[in-house]
Amino acid sequence: MDHFARLGLPAALDLELAQLDRAYFARQRLWHPDRFVGRPAEERARASIEAAALNDAYRTLKDPVDRAVYLATLKGVELPGDGKTIDDPDLLMEAMEAREALHEATTVDEVEVLAGRARKDVEAALGGLASLLLQDDKPAIRKTLLRLRYLDKFAEEARARRMNIQRPRP
Amino acid sequence: MTLLEIHEPGETPLPHAGEGSLAVGIDLGTTNSVVAIAREGKPAALHDEAGRALVPSVVAYPAAGGVLVGEEARILESQEPRNVVASIKRLMGRGAADLHAVAGVLPYEIAPGGGPTDMVKLLIGGKARSPVEISAEILKALRARAEAALEKPIERAVITVPAYFDDAARTATRDAARVAGLEVLRLVNEPTAAALAYGLDKGSEGLYAVYDLGGGTFDFSLLRLEKGVFQVLATGGDTALGGDDFDRAIAERMLAERRTDGLADQVDEAAVKAALALGRQIKEQLSDRDQASGRLEIAGVPSFHTLERAAFEAMIEAYVARTIDIARSVLADAGMSAGEIEGVVLVGGSTRVPQVRAAVAAMGGKPPLSDIDPDEVVALGAALQAEALTGGGDTLLLDVTPLSLGLETMGGIVEKIVPRNTPIPVQLAQEFTTYQDGQAAMAIHVVQGEREMVADCRSLARFELLGIPPMTAGAARIRVMFAVDADGLLTVSAEERTTGVAQRVEVKPSYGLSHDDMADMLYDSLDNAEADMTLRLLTEARVEARRNLLALEAALARDGELLSAEERGALDAGRARLEAALSGDDREAINAAAEALEMLSKPFAERRMDRGIRDALSGLSVSELETRVGE
Repeated sequence: MDHFARLGLPAALDLELAQLDRAYFARQRLWHPDRFVGRPAEERARASIEAAALNDAYRTLKDPVDRAVYLATLKGVELPGDGKTIDDPDLLMEAMEAREALHEATTVDEVEVLAGRARKDVEAALGGLASLLLQDDKPAIRKTLLRLRYLDKFAEEARARRMNIQRPRP
Repeated sequence: MTLLEIHEPGETPLPHAGEGSLAVGIDLGTTNSVVAIAREGKPAALHDEAGRALVPSVVAYPAAGGVLVGEEARILESQEPRNVVASIKRLMGRGAADLHAVAGVLPYEIAPGGGPTDMVKLLIGGKARSPVEISAEILKALRARAEAALEKPIERAVITVPAYFDDAARTATRDAARVAGLEVLRLVNEPTAAALAYGLDKGSEGLYAVYDLGGGTFDFSLLRLEKGVFQVLATGGDTALGGDDFDRAIAERMLAERRTDGLADQVDEAAVKAALALGRQIKEQLSDRDQASGRLEIAGVPSFHTLERAAFEAMIEAYVARTIDIARSVLADAGMSAGEIEGVVLVGGSTRVPQVRAAVAAMGGKPPLSDIDPDEVVALGAALQAEALTGGGDTLLLDVTPLSLGLETMGGIVEKIVPRNTPIPVQLAQEFTTYQDGQAAMAIHVVQGEREMVADCRSLARFELLGIPPMTAGAARIRVMFAVDADGLLTVSAEERTTGVAQRVEVKPSYGLSHDDMADMLYDSLDNAEADMTLRLLTEARVEARRNLLALEAALARDGELLSAEERGALDAGRARLEAALSGDDREAINAAAEALEMLSKPFAERRMDRGIRDALSGLSVSELETRVGE
């Protein structure tokens, strides 16, 4: 069962978060291990597997980039595994320059500017993805998703950088 | 596959929902512990005879023998410092290698022996004791308190742990409960428990934060409350930051002042403990005063120390600032800003420090919530969850993993499999491949932490997947599956997908207990089992006897005229004898008196039954009679 079906939602890029929450909570009410305390072991194991699958589905669909990647995979777009090297020279250049800028940032504000720019880029890329999916332009979808994944990673690095700039532990 | 029946939420039939199976909530704290019970959604902390809810998390093994826990143990601290342990929670699941991080705070002697990967043992009262068995003593004391207060055997509990507790510390906590004879229904994160106590009480909705600064740990969690669902969005913290650091800062200052005054102290365990104890007193006084002072005596040489609140605040500023930094990064993790928080719940005794409250208020822009006693709130929440788990409550608690879990890959780099703040339970898998042609085995090294390099993360377990058939490098498909259960405990399995060679391990944390250790501890607790069992039987006998006395009293009030004066006299004498036996601790005497009273009251019971039947039958029509009988 795919993540959308598991939560009873249409397989689409746009997803109302409140609707996702409702679907997820309703199913976890049935399957969460807390509902199975004192039940036979096999029932508990089954509930645990189902609750874990629901958590996986929820976590994947909640994040717009993860959801886009997942939906594209369902539609047959093949992506290299996470953490693999980037094979798009434009993206490679963009990533190198951004990382350099992040490395040189010495204040929280400078990091914030870079992170803010990355957030805008994510929104723009997601906006363009909807029509690409409609056209089923697989190479373009793939290119966009790889860029989104990189931007996601960059946001994480920016957070780490900000923490490093802030006070270390006493 | 057979289909499972699913019950309507809240209607799950209970396994042993009988009277005798109450489950308690336990906050096993660094400084203090609390046990609480919830009934019909109303939680209450259980007090001792003196009305105290807090049990100091202090264990003493007096030279005279036996074990003391709580206030009694604390009293012994100054007289027999080497036989008393406090703040043992800081060492739960820790190995000797971790000790330098906390060594300054814990003036204990480490037991010799034990490899670098074994859980540390302390030399207390001349014997090597592990943090698990010391914690078990605290749990036993809490259990005894609950059994005395509720007059029922207690075998099940929800125990809270800091959200930031790693796998080793969680496992150690479960082991301690086992040694204390408690089945853990669920390990619940402390901040989540606190939110539960607030949420159920107030029916709140929206985004809430829990700022939990205890004696030894700091946790900050973000939760969303919505229609009975408690969803933890993100959590973060520091396992070695808390009010003990404040005490230590004051203690170090006082010791320095003595040096300046030319006192040549031999700073031994007793001196450090005395300074820490005075440091704690001064800190507590400064919560509602601008200045505090005290007298420190080391080896019979006294000194007097005064501390202004402003100076104290300067000393702890860096610690407080760090908690706010952590809080901000947790907010960033969840993609939220401080302005979106409806309220911040304060937990832990250290949140009584005015400077801490001010810092939290400044961050959230609102005064923090503190109307539930911060020392009890966690136990109250745990009690509510214990009731929900045994009584099928409608609340749903959705928690997350506090730390990322991953594997070591080539070059000592960590590949994260389960990122932090992933909702649990969770099962996530990733495929790896071989590095060399014909590679027949793969070393799986499981680590926990946020850093990129294995060396900077915490090692949880190592195992080898053996029997991989010869293939060229990169051809094998090894699927490694991480499963984290609802208690936050990890199981890792690995499988070669092209051939189906599988291996599954329960992750035994490197610093966890060996089976021998566990066996020793269970053995030790068997030594005490007789005493425990005696107490259990005595409690049961008392409960039974009291119940019978009450029933007899009620019967006498209603049908007393059925007895002659002589019979009544004999019965009253029997009651008095049982009351006298109940005031003592002799179970045999209680049982004998109860049996004698039962013999005495038998004719009375028979006469009452006869009268009952006569009354029921007199003047009733047949149909009324049928109705009556059916009742």
